Amino acid sequence: MKIKVIVTLKNGVLDPQGKAIQQTLNGMSFNNVTEVRQGKFFEIDISETDEDKAKLQVEEMCKKLLANLVIEDYKIV
Amino acid sequence: MKSSVIIFPGSNCDRDMNVALSKYGFKNQMVWHNDQSIPKSDLIVLPGGFSYGDYLRCGSIASKSKIIRSVIDFANSGGLVLGICNGFQILTETGLLPGILQQNKYLNFICKNVFVKIKDKKNKYFQNIKKDILELHIAHNEGNFFCSEQELKSLEDNNQIAVTYCDSKGLENEENNPNGAIKNIAGIFNKNKNVLGMMPHPERMIDKYLSGEDGSIFFENLLGNLK
Repeated sequence: MKIKVIVTLKNGVLDPQGKAIQQTLNGMSFNNVTEVRQGKFFEIDISETDEDKAKLQVEEMCKKLLANLVIEDYKIV
Repeated sequence: MKSSVIIFPGSNCDRDMNVALSKYGFKNQMVWHNDQSIPKSDLIVLPGGFSYGDYLRCGSIASKSKIIRSVIDFANSGGLVLGICNGFQILTETGLLPGILQQNKYLNFICKNVFVKIKDKKNKYFQNIKKDILELHIAHNEGNFFCSEQELKSLEDNNQIAVTYCDSKGLENEENNPNGAIKNIAGIFNKNKNVLGMMPHPERMIDKYLSGEDGSIFFENLLGNLK
């Protein structure tokens, strides 16, 4: 089973890379781009048939390794 | 006094640290990250570098390595643990120190000498140092210290801020903040002040002909405090 996870910076945490991307897009004449936030995407293959069980496990992985909860949020999609 | 320097794949300041510790009289040993235990030590050092290629987040993979359990146990029993640069990042990822080191505010790798102000001398690392300002070297891409307001207040209330970026006279302002770190923070302690993480590299300032000698002051003083 494949579980997908998105890790993003929490609101209010400075994202200098996102800011640089936004400014570059503006420079490429995508003038209506007002903000870009950059994040991480994980695809996790897990040998498990029960989806709820798998998601619970992935949630633990997010808390322990994939995200740093000081600055990041995670979403299992 | 005995010290141990932990080597992770991608560490690159481990040998400099070995030279510095040995020069000032520590009997130092190098410990591989895959080892289970650390030889008897008075000080454990997590050196600078790019452990595990900085994959995922700087220090995050090293914070789950085999040897780390022993480092955490040592720290929790009051042992001195010093993390420099990547070592500081590893310490925050283990939870031994609060906060996180984010990418530098202006997205550049910074490699230069800086001045830091010693904010607290009631600890084994800085007590008896006569100087208040040290000139040390920084070289990092992720040194932008960040933590929640609540954590910052707790750091301030418990005098856990160890060193801050400043100018040669001790002025701490935005101009003297190389990486955007909150409150110019360059290094912090844990609550008991036996764990110190800092971005500047004292081991790069131990030769008056090559660099400067403020790192020597740090190591000589530390050894003196441990005797």
